[in-house]
Amino acid sequence: MQKQIRIEPAKCIGCKSCELACSFKHRGEFAPSRSRIVNEVFVDEAKFITVTCMQCDEPWCLKACPKGAIDKDAVSGVVTVDEVKCVGCRTCVSACPFGMITYQADSRKADKCNLCGGDFPECVTFCPTHCLTFSEEDKPLREKVLRFVNTMKNGQGEV
Amino acid sequence: MGKRSIGKLLRVNLTAGTCTVEKINEAWAKDYIGGRGLASKYLCDEVAPTVDPTGPDNKLIFAVGPLTGTYGAANGRYMVVTKSPLTGTIASSNSGGYFPSELRYAGYDLIIFEGKSPYPVYLQIHNQNVKLADAAFLWGKSTAQTEDLIRQKFHGDAKVACIGPAGENGVHFANIMNDKHRAAGRSGVGLVMGIKNLKAVAVRGNGGVKIADPIAYRAAALDSYGLLKANPVTSQGLPALGTPVLVNIINQSGAMPTNNFQFDTFDGAEDISGEKLVETYLKRNKSCMGCVIGCGRVTKLSNDKYQGSGEGPEYETIWALGAACGVRDLAAVTKANYLCNEYGMDTITAGSTVACAMELFEKGLISEQEVGMPIPFGDGDAMVKLIELAGKNEGFGKKIALGSYRLAESYGVPELSMTVKKLEFPAYDGRGLQGMALQYATSNRGACHVRGYLVSPEILGLPEKLDPQTIEGKASWTKIFQDFTAVVDSAGICLFTTFGIGAPQVTRFYNAATGTNCTDEEIMQIGERIWNLERKFNLKAGIDPAQDTLPKRLLSEPIADGPLKGAVARLPEMLPEYYQLRGWSAKGIPTAEKLKSLGLS
Repeated sequence: MQKQIRIEPAKCIGCKSCELACSFKHRGEFAPSRSRIVNEVFVDEAKFITVTCMQCDEPWCLKACPKGAIDKDAVSGVVTVDEVKCVGCRTCVSACPFGMITYQADSRKADKCNLCGGDFPECVTFCPTHCLTFSEEDKPLREKVLRFVNTMKNGQGEV
Repeated sequence: MGKRSIGKLLRVNLTAGTCTVEKINEAWAKDYIGGRGLASKYLCDEVAPTVDPTGPDNKLIFAVGPLTGTYGAANGRYMVVTKSPLTGTIASSNSGGYFPSELRYAGYDLIIFEGKSPYPVYLQIHNQNVKLADAAFLWGKSTAQTEDLIRQKFHGDAKVACIGPAGENGVHFANIMNDKHRAAGRSGVGLVMGIKNLKAVAVRGNGGVKIADPIAYRAAALDSYGLLKANPVTSQGLPALGTPVLVNIINQSGAMPTNNFQFDTFDGAEDISGEKLVETYLKRNKSCMGCVIGCGRVTKLSNDKYQGSGEGPEYETIWALGAACGVRDLAAVTKANYLCNEYGMDTITAGSTVACAMELFEKGLISEQEVGMPIPFGDGDAMVKLIELAGKNEGFGKKIALGSYRLAESYGVPELSMTVKKLEFPAYDGRGLQGMALQYATSNRGACHVRGYLVSPEILGLPEKLDPQTIEGKASWTKIFQDFTAVVDSAGICLFTTFGIGAPQVTRFYNAATGTNCTDEEIMQIGERIWNLERKFNLKAGIDPAQDTLPKRLLSEPIADGPLKGAVARLPEMLPEYYQLRGWSAKGIPTAEKLKSLGLS
């Protein structure tokens, strides 16, 4: 099974540890505005939303790339930019509907989450609440379904 | 290993309307770390201690530390340093949220505001683009409105620190709010900002913070996370109940000052406890930048009488607006907390001053006619009304707005103000916690709990349990806690992490971040240097060491009720030992040898 970064917004506390950890590992400095994962804080609504590349099955960025510089690994499912082939044309940046692939001014290449390229994802390591987990496809989904099933079970007999 | 990456100093002359970028004095950064220490050094160097704190010659300094904006513990703090209009001492108020880190990402470790703008302005910072902009459209607006308006006008992702109407209206305990609900709370730093006609500082930073030794820093962070996760206060108590976890704990210990310190147990404690807040108004908990604890309380209040939303109330706030005023109505406390945040006022001094007014009313010194309503202890609605009047600086609120010392003094009874050096106590009675009594009396900004949180060993048993009633060893504990806290405030870390981590961890972070090789002892000596620097400023400002004392009530009126009934603060027995340990004369003056050894001659 392919592993992905799973996000459960209800557990997020808005600490931006994921952004800090990501930028420190991949940019060599703490620079949240250049993180590959985004933790947005909505103070008034008390909501915290975290988003990153979900390694699409049919990636828009891959299809759009005129140089064939983006590849999806058949085994791990990770969508990666080949920095040698990338010419920095930013077509992928326009193509991604989620804004999760960016152009980096210092490397002059496209850049996106690659699940830390075989290392355990750094954002997951530093997430203090387990809002982020690194797991196989259906694991958190199964937990959600069970929560719902249990709610149904507890409600039975009250009608 | 790399070198310390240090930000720039941004000097803003409000009189001339100019912003200039300077290099930070690196030798000073080494001697004082950053944050509170470095800002205090600049203040002492550039401002005469005798300066009128409400005049244009006083300066206002924002400062982050070398760990601000990084991960590791809860590394997102900044300090506001100035001369306090409330106390006349050096003031340094600390806050978290996201604004401090953003300032660092924009490339600045220090901002020095000097002079006075001829009209209301706010500072816009977008990386190297810095300018003062007209703030006419913000003047009179609440702190939350100010943030929203600035984001609409300047930059959608800007982080904002600002004053509310209180800072504009001359309230002596006005604070500086950032990220809507976080406060550089105490000592009236917001009044200094208001007098300078500076409404807000808005910053967007797209840069980063470099670390001298990234591998060592990451390892230190993982260790620190482990310690914070293993510690019951930082992993369970604070996330579950926030700081209000203390309401029941302190009340049960018998050191919960009630009705302006006339009693020390509060029968309404359960009604205003952290547990009650979870049951009623809490929506969820929230962190500041890079914090793994997440003690913030996002709350929403909606009943027949009061509505609102925001963060808090925190423990000290619940106490000041609650128990200190005899108020057991959590809705009223929460509403008053929101009002303090929106007007931009320190909740501790605000609540304590209302409590003082209530005692003056109880004793017949203030009449119903004078206030326009009766203000007995326990009347939550009256408390809320007084807070609002103070924020507006209207009616009787004009007297509340001066703080409890000036209020009580105006009625000829300054002893009824529960203050040290004119700063109101927080929520722990020094009669019940002897270490805290000594700490309050000797703190460089008056009666403050975050200059040396002896509550941690005396009540919570961290790092080890001390008997709160004993005086043995308390002088030494106080000195160590004060010096260490100066380091924490200078590094840019939240004090709450120190329940779980200590000097070895902070030293490790500091060394990895800055490429230095300090020992724990050397780090503690930096803390001692900062403490003595602040002390020197206060002495030159005319704060006589005779003010290292407590109100008569704590020294000679025994606790009237509860498990600690009969206790008084045994300050006179501890103070000489404290002075001696500090290397000060018997009169509390740092000796020439001590100053020389710290490089402060």
